[in-house]
Amino acid sequence: MLRDITLGQYFPGSSPVHKLDPRLKIIATLLFIIELFIVDNFIGFLIAAIALGAVIALSKVPLSYILRGLKPILLILAFTFALNMFMVDGRILWQWKFLKITQEGLELAVFMAIRLILLIMGSSMLTLCTRPIALTDGIERLLSPFKRFGLPAHDIAMMMTIALRFIPTLLEEADKIMKAQQARGADFETGNLMQRAKSLIPILVPLFVSAFRIAQDLAMAMEARCYRGGENRTRMNEMKFKKSDYVAVTLLAVFGAVIIIQSKVF
Amino acid sequence: MSIQVKNLKHIYEKGMPTESVALEGVSFEVEDGELLGIIGHTGSGKSTLLQHLNGLLKPDEGTIVIGGVDITAPGVSMVEIRKRIGLVFQYPEYQLFEETVAKDVAFGPRNLGLADSEIEERVREALELVGLDYEDMKDRSPFELSGGQKRRVAIAGVIAMRPEVLILDEPTAGLDPKAHKDVLKMIEDVHGKTGNITVLVSHNMADIANLSDKVLVIDSGRVVTMGTPEEVFSKRDELSSVGLDLPPITCLTEALRERGFKIRETILSVEDAADEIAEYLKAGGKAEC
Ligand SMILES: Nc1ncnc2c1ncn2[C@@H]1O[C@H](COP(=O)(O)OP(=O)(O)OP(=O)(O)O)[C@@H](O)[C@H]1O
Ligand SMILES: [Mg+2]
Repeated sequence: MLRDITLGQYFPGSSPVHKLDPRLKIIATLLFIIELFIVDNFIGFLIAAIALGAVIALSKVPLSYILRGLKPILLILAFTFALNMFMVDGRILWQWKFLKITQEGLELAVFMAIRLILLIMGSSMLTLCTRPIALTDGIERLLSPFKRFGLPAHDIAMMMTIALRFIPTLLEEADKIMKAQQARGADFETGNLMQRAKSLIPILVPLFVSAFRIAQDLAMAMEARCYRGGENRTRMNEMKFKKSDYVAVTLLAVFGAVIIIQSKVF
Repeated sequence: MSIQVKNLKHIYEKGMPTESVALEGVSFEVEDGELLGIIGHTGSGKSTLLQHLNGLLKPDEGTIVIGGVDITAPGVSMVEIRKRIGLVFQYPEYQLFEETVAKDVAFGPRNLGLADSEIEERVREALELVGLDYEDMKDRSPFELSGGQKRRVAIAGVIAMRPEVLILDEPTAGLDPKAHKDVLKMIEDVHGKTGNITVLVSHNMADIANLSDKVLVIDSGRVVTMGTPEEVFSKRDELSSVGLDLPPITCLTEALRERGFKIRETILSVEDAADEIAEYLKAGGKAEC
């Protein structure tokens, strides 16, 4: 059941989206997020949704899989929706005692919900279609101009790589430990909050022990292979813009232009 | 108590591009009191199969009936199943978490809701069964024990639940020769004392040959063959085609047979081999080389 978490996971594939330069994908995602925040009408969202839809279709990641990633934020979504719907003043559509729904409130609630959904789906496309290693490589390259100001770009990237690399390992470990304790009759599903929190101890203690063991082993293995930070390291896969990347840049520019024009027009 | 597994199928990560069929069309039966040995290459699906036997994994197809109860049916009580079927995982020492050995072994019985006096008795019994001294061990931290001791404490944690079926996934993996022998002896003892069904996965062919009443061979999630150790280990070519070997002593006796020793086929224990060879030599037999 822990394996159902899809947020931040990579979905293997060989689509054009997967093959794009990670730097480009990071920048495109950032632009997409910024776009979502400057848009102030539904047409802007429509354009964003069409663009996102095209990317999803091109990536061949099943839509159901992406939607599954929305599950964990369903609660937040419902909460903001309700908050917006009931808390905004304006033309009253419906009222019951102190609860009221206004036209403006409803509009804002829908608006915010769409923004959140697009935000999550858009940013999960980045991780779904980019290998963690490529992602951190991209981040390192994008951050490297700041090295001059003392930013340890390589170390940051390496830490992120390791963290990302070990998410599945730790999930697997947690899954294993959980099963082992279940086999000993542990029950994680019933009981009140206190009991349930307590029932986590048999998982958390071995998990921490494992995490430390894994960290220690990895540190040892890195040291044994003479790792000593980023200085003078070359890389196996040099990042280079390909033709498809230039196509993507053009599309991105068109997308940006459309957004700017539409915000002037509507 | 008996186990009937019918047409079991399991798919990992269903619906993902990484989906893989870990088990398919697996059927077999275990009768009361038998010790079933399971062998198979790494990644053949042994651990996956074991996790089905106590309901930790649900099959995509097929049924498992244990003691007349279909544990794959919807609505069966998982707690009841786990009470009756004890599973010792591969590298069980990583599941230890309590401050003391006694408390850790008591975790299972406590989950069964037993009385304190009963729990203490079971912990004592389980620790002695796995060859550890109760008084000496009970207050020590499980984290300061040696690997072999940890392994035994973890096994005791399952035995203390007094399961009607005991399943062990590579209980001797990574142990030194003495600990290996001790753990095997312990399994034999527990099996002998309780007379319950025991299921044992191991990569050690000699152990499987000597302990099992029946051997199940799986490869790529399918049953290759099943039978008594003699039957299974007489199919040398079939075994080697799925990456398995004969027990060392059987390799030796088969090599001797090829060189003209007139001894019995498929000898599985060192004692039997010694007797056979001695008899053959006494009768004036000679090797041709
Ligand atoms: N949780 C999981 N998710 C996805 N695939 C898995 C999972 N667990 C096992 N597999 C795959 O299922 C297959 C069978 O694995 P299993 O652990 O049952 O093998 P095994 O026979 O126990 O091997 P070993 O002798 O190494 O313990 C393997 O190909 C493995 O990669
Ligand atoms: Mg296994």
